[in-house]
Amino acid sequence: MSGALFSFEHVGVAGDERPRLEDVTVVLPDSGITALAGPSGAGKSTLLRCCNRLEAPDAGTVSYRGRDVATVDPLAHRRQVGMVFQEPVLFPGSVADNLRVADPQASDERIAELLQRAALDPAVFAGRDADTLSGGEGQRVCLARTLATDPQVVLMDEPTSALDQDATAQLEALMRQLAGDGIPVLLVTHDEAQLERVADHVLRLRDGHLQGALEHRHE
Amino acid sequence: MNEGDVTWIGLVLSLSLVAVAVGVSYRERLGLGREMVVAVLRSAVQLLLVALALQIVVDPGTPLFWSWLWVIGIVLFAAFTVSRRAPQLPGVLQVALTANALTAAVALGLTFGLGIFPVSGRTVVPVAGMIVGNSMKSCIVVVTALAGLVADRRADIEARLALGLPGVDAARPLVRRALRLAISPQIENTKALGIVFLPGAMTGLILAGVDPLDAVLVQLALMWIILGAVVVTTATTALSGTRRLFTADQRLLRLRRAADRAG
Repeated sequence: MSGALFSFEHVGVAGDERPRLEDVTVVLPDSGITALAGPSGAGKSTLLRCCNRLEAPDAGTVSYRGRDVATVDPLAHRRQVGMVFQEPVLFPGSVADNLRVADPQASDERIAELLQRAALDPAVFAGRDADTLSGGEGQRVCLARTLATDPQVVLMDEPTSALDQDATAQLEALMRQLAGDGIPVLLVTHDEAQLERVADHVLRLRDGHLQGALEHRHE
Repeated sequence: MNEGDVTWIGLVLSLSLVAVAVGVSYRERLGLGREMVVAVLRSAVQLLLVALALQIVVDPGTPLFWSWLWVIGIVLFAAFTVSRRAPQLPGVLQVALTANALTAAVALGLTFGLGIFPVSGRTVVPVAGMIVGNSMKSCIVVVTALAGLVADRRADIEARLALGLPGVDAARPLVRRALRLAISPQIENTKALGIVFLPGAMTGLILAGVDPLDAVLVQLALMWIILGAVVVTTATTALSGTRRLFTADQRLLRLRRAADRAG
């Protein structure tokens, strides 16, 4: 069993009507694909967003590889802990322009390498207007852009929820590849079939609380 | 005085176009009728009060202190007006007050320092009104646009934050859009000077018998100062306001969406 990637100690996040997370204590492993599963409103995305400090807990602490994320430089931390969102958020300009938002000094070779890691042909995609991409292509460009900061972990917030079957399969293959390359993935999903296909570890949440202990599957 | 005389009946008849506008608003359900009526009533009350006060302020025997006090009132009112349009922006009153006060001080310093107008009871309040009034209009547009864009395009900002960009850089594309929206009308106004409209200060000077060339030079200097003041005030408001959208650890604050302000 690997060490701790993220440790949550009595983490609570307030919400408008009820807490979005309440007294969550768990250690997420530093390997493979860990799925955060549960119905809508369970607190999965909130937990994920606490990992890269887009959200700050109102109670408790979140540690990344042993360091409290509240005490580290948030910008450097976010470059280490990349994130792909539910909907592809593409910036104006070409695909290469998008990647250069993350790495302004990226050479054409670097852009090509990043696109290849996201299973996109650089000759076809580097110069393409980001507005013309399909949902699946856009999500893979977002992954390539995330990889441009050389993250040590990738957070994915229901990245396939708006994709068709083929695009989902492609993105799941990329998740496995990342995990195989030693970059752990934290995946938010409510798709049980997807859990079966890709998750090495599963953490279930409901109404802001953990549902049982972390389950280990493929490892 | 036959250049600018209007009877009370004439004043009331001048509302005929406003009546048409209220009719259009009612017919098209724009929800602007009430606001137009309030605007007309307020403008009447405010300007009549201003006329009374100006009579005192422009009196050569009245100390200039009262004019400057009035200018402070103008700046305060402008800042409150701006903050009312986007109360969901954190610290918007303080930001608008600082931006308007500093820019007004510099712009008035330039106007009077360069001798465009002499410092007197007749000039201080109207010139300050022109500078702050134009800046206020653009500030209102920029804070309203910024609040709307940040609420609607939160995902865009957070995607940039997630790449390790500081908050101000993450919001920059939206800030640019808001600034362009707010400042463009003033730039267009300046471009249209003399073609579409003959501005008030110049017209007033010519009517008062000043040589047209001198009047044009005064107007040009004033318009350029106003343009600069508008851009600086609006940009300062937008940029300072943007900083306050983020926590110290570069998280985007959650803004509530402003309700539509129709009606």
